[in-house]
Amino acid sequence: MADALSNYALQLGDDSLILGQRLSEWCGHAPMLEVDLSLANIALDLVGQATFFLKFAGEARGVDADKLAFHRDVLDFKNCLLVEQPNGDFAQTIARQFLFANWQELLFRELSRSRNEMLAAIAAKAVKEVAYHARFANEWMARLGDGTAESRERIVNGLEWVWRFGDELFAVEQTVEPLIASGVAPDVRTLRAEWDARIARTLGEATLELPKPRRAVVGGRIGHHSEHLGHILSAMQFLPRAYPGAQW
Amino acid sequence: MFEVLSHVPDPEIPCISVVDLGIVRDVRDDAVVITPTYTGCPATIAIEAAIRSELDRAGFSRLKIETALAPAWTTDWISDAGREKLRAYGIAPPPKGAGRTSLRDDAHCPRCGSARTEEISRFGSTPCKALHRCLSCGEPFDLFKCH
Repeated sequence: MADALSNYALQLGDDSLILGQRLSEWCGHAPMLEVDLSLANIALDLVGQATFFLKFAGEARGVDADKLAFHRDVLDFKNCLLVEQPNGDFAQTIARQFLFANWQELLFRELSRSRNEMLAAIAAKAVKEVAYHARFANEWMARLGDGTAESRERIVNGLEWVWRFGDELFAVEQTVEPLIASGVAPDVRTLRAEWDARIARTLGEATLELPKPRRAVVGGRIGHHSEHLGHILSAMQFLPRAYPGAQW
Repeated sequence: MFEVLSHVPDPEIPCISVVDLGIVRDVRDDAVVITPTYTGCPATIAIEAAIRSELDRAGFSRLKIETALAPAWTTDWISDAGREKLRAYGIAPPPKGAGRTSLRDDAHCPRCGSARTEEISRFGSTPCKALHRCLSCGEPFDLFKCH
């Protein structure tokens, strides 16, 4: 049970860590200053979430959060595939954030009622911040979809790319089942209808159509990652691995 | 003890102390309990270090610093004195109470008091602030986000 709990905290923490790292790639490169600030702020929130989740996951393993973040290899990461996908252009980044933030807000709302006090506390704190992330992404979806011909084409393509990774958000990895039964983990399957409604509402405002269903790509929760994750880790982990114990 | 800690400024918004901000949650015989404002706020580490050195300076080296996450910090914990200090510093304090969770950002200009303001960017120079502009006096200003 302790192993399952630690594993679940890793799933949550890795989602936040990898997306935070991805978004930080925009720092200094976003289309305008306000967007640069926004993406950097969101990345910061996500890395903060990861710090708490990984610290908690590490307690059962006798390691700290940094050890988990910087000294694990690709196969040991438990994040969903959506968060490791390349930023692409700004529209693709927004489409990814749109799917993820709306999911994470629902997840954290439920997780804040977890019977595990630490997970509940982290989620209750973070859910208020994630509400901002979702609103930011929703507004940009509408702005790009209902914008110029070019912005529309780009957001259609971006959404088309990330859509295949949406189903994994609602798949339950088998070690999580007992945690659902004991009231520690929310059952994400029960959140699908509400997420679908949120996505549909924003796409309506954006005058966009729901992408056609396609075969879901899954596997991140058990370490089956796309080729992109290794590249993220090589940037993120280089310094602590090349200079063990380095301090500011 | 609160008097001692009222000399510790927030590293990002030095006009206001960690006590005004509601970061210091409890003082016990053996520990000072603090809470982070935002999950990813990098100032959290600096705040803990600043509290540590102030405690040491005042002769309370034996007190530990503990971090508590629950209940989650909200902007309602900023004291009335703290709100006034923010306003005087040019940062619009967050509205209290009911509007907090609705993500409503009604901001009054901290310089001229006008309610005719607009949001420029929801994310500002620190995780806790948003950028606004006053439509009456034209001044851009920070809003401490409702949280």
